[in-house]
Amino acid sequence: MDHNSYSDQYLRSILASVKTIAMVGASPHWNRPSYFAMKYLQGKGFRVIPVNPRAAGETILGERVYADLAEISEPVDMVDIFRNSEAAGAIVDEAIRIGAKIVWMQLGVRNDAAAARAESAGLRVVMNRCPKIEYSRLHGELAWSGVNTGIISSKRQKRVPR
Amino acid sequence: MRDDDKPAGFGFETRAVHAGAAPDPTTGARTTPIYQTTAFVFDDVDHAASLFNLQTYGYIYSRLTNPTVSVLEERVSALEGGRGATACASGHAAQMLAFFAFMEPGAEFLASTKLYGGSITQFGRSFKKFDWNVIFVDPDDPENFRRALTPKCRAIFVESLANPGGVVTDLEPVAQIAHAAGIPLLVDNTLASPYLCRPIEWGADIVIHSTTKFLSGHGNSMGGVVVDSGKFDWSQNDKFRSLTEPEPAYHGLRFHETFGDLAYTVAGHALGLRDLGATMAPLNAFLTITGIETLALRMERHCANALAVAQFLEAHPMVKWVSYAGLPSNRYHALAKKYLPKGAGSVFTFGVKGGYEAGVKLVEGCELLSHLANLGDTRSLIIHPASTTHRQLTEEQQIVAGAGPDVVRLSIGIESAADIIADLDQALRQAG
Ligand SMILES: Cc1ncc(COP(=O)(O)O)c(C=O)c1O
Repeated sequence: MDHNSYSDQYLRSILASVKTIAMVGASPHWNRPSYFAMKYLQGKGFRVIPVNPRAAGETILGERVYADLAEISEPVDMVDIFRNSEAAGAIVDEAIRIGAKIVWMQLGVRNDAAAARAESAGLRVVMNRCPKIEYSRLHGELAWSGVNTGIISSKRQKRVPR
Repeated sequence: MRDDDKPAGFGFETRAVHAGAAPDPTTGARTTPIYQTTAFVFDDVDHAASLFNLQTYGYIYSRLTNPTVSVLEERVSALEGGRGATACASGHAAQMLAFFAFMEPGAEFLASTKLYGGSITQFGRSFKKFDWNVIFVDPDDPENFRRALTPKCRAIFVESLANPGGVVTDLEPVAQIAHAAGIPLLVDNTLASPYLCRPIEWGADIVIHSTTKFLSGHGNSMGGVVVDSGKFDWSQNDKFRSLTEPEPAYHGLRFHETFGDLAYTVAGHALGLRDLGATMAPLNAFLTITGIETLALRMERHCANALAVAQFLEAHPMVKWVSYAGLPSNRYHALAKKYLPKGAGSVFTFGVKGGYEAGVKLVEGCELLSHLANLGDTRSLIIHPASTTHRQLTEEQQIVAGAGPDVVRLSIGIESAADIIADLDQALRQAG
């Protein structure tokens, strides 16, 4: 799998298959990037479970914060990693152990060895991307900010819930 | 990171017609509606808060973003191969906004001496009031930029095809010099248009247009646009603090960390347009979007006509010299072949025998060519820069900028070439 570029189809099918996201490195501070992403994804109907040992037991955007992935008792479809590339390695192994189907590493986060382990365990992997940006790009909202989405269509756009 | 497979999959002409413009979600309208509204309702207070915090996407107020204007932004960004774009009220507003994102008082930048006269004045005089200090550099030897660099330099600015003289800048080595110094290369691509040259492919980080010219193409709307390649790493050093340090106006948000390769475009709207206020009007965006749909067709004709006129002038007894990079005799011909393989544009200069006086007579004698201060129109245009666009410069600056007393500038339109040539011929005879 080439992790330098992903087809729209690959990203679409990942985002369409996901209901529950565990967000590792979720911050309780409203002006941090992870908070932006969590709030946006919640608004689009995703369940987002924050994971952050330093905020364990607190609540972020109405969700209880867990200390690690293993502590989460319900099924997790996707693990979204807001940590540095090195730390991502152990989190990916944890994601494999809890039976997640997708590992997503945020903008600037890339760990090819961990990605290879996840892929050989049957998980799908996205690296160095933001699910908020990709979701909004594929659903026409990112274009509202003057961004080149790469999407051309003669079909009337469907509105997505906010 | 961006998805390169799709945009690259569509050809230039397809992108020129379609990029950014899906049918209207509410009505199905196929052309882009003119959203002639100042503001947009919030669903509730939480929605408003998310918008003001930049946590979600949506429209608030047309000074920042507007649905018609954002179609134009995506369109130009797609044509240039950029990540995103910010439209502005004029080309000059776009230049101001492009620098505003990262300049600070005391900072410097390098700019080519071969620029539109208005840009030389904007950089050399008005930017000084913000203590943004330009150092002008002769671009004909790219090494001149390396020699002129200072620790305070934050950017290099050039025109791909320079106004007025048909000068072609050697973009590739200049980009390398900028990147070795950890600063971005900004390229004004107005005269070439993305159909002829795409500076990002040669290493430019930011591309600026006066959309007033070839992009709108019909001489009917002012506008500008700043396109970001998304490739420049603003965090590689401590020179670009306004993009990397906490932004007080957004409660300590760090633009580059939060928005990644969208940071410059988000800041262009959320800081640049918000505070400078030089927003493009929706009607102008609509006219420019419509103009861009035929960009490829128009540029082909512009270039063919310009070459025919240049060849005619080169052989004319009243003409001293012709500076058109499309002519094999021109010193920039090799660079034009590299950077502008589909044609050297339609704006160029020539020297009329008889100097300043003859130049003035010539422009006044034209019946088909319009004597006015614009370029990139469907109509053919003629001007004598020394008495008009470049008159604010000293004579020395005029000569350096290719706008000396005998210089006449043409912007060749898309009329019948024979008619343009006949009009110039009769006016040249009168001037002689
Ligand atoms: C190369 C170039 N850049 C910038 C500008 C300024 O654009 P505007 O007049 O839209 O402000 C012009 C205008 O002539 C131009 O020719």
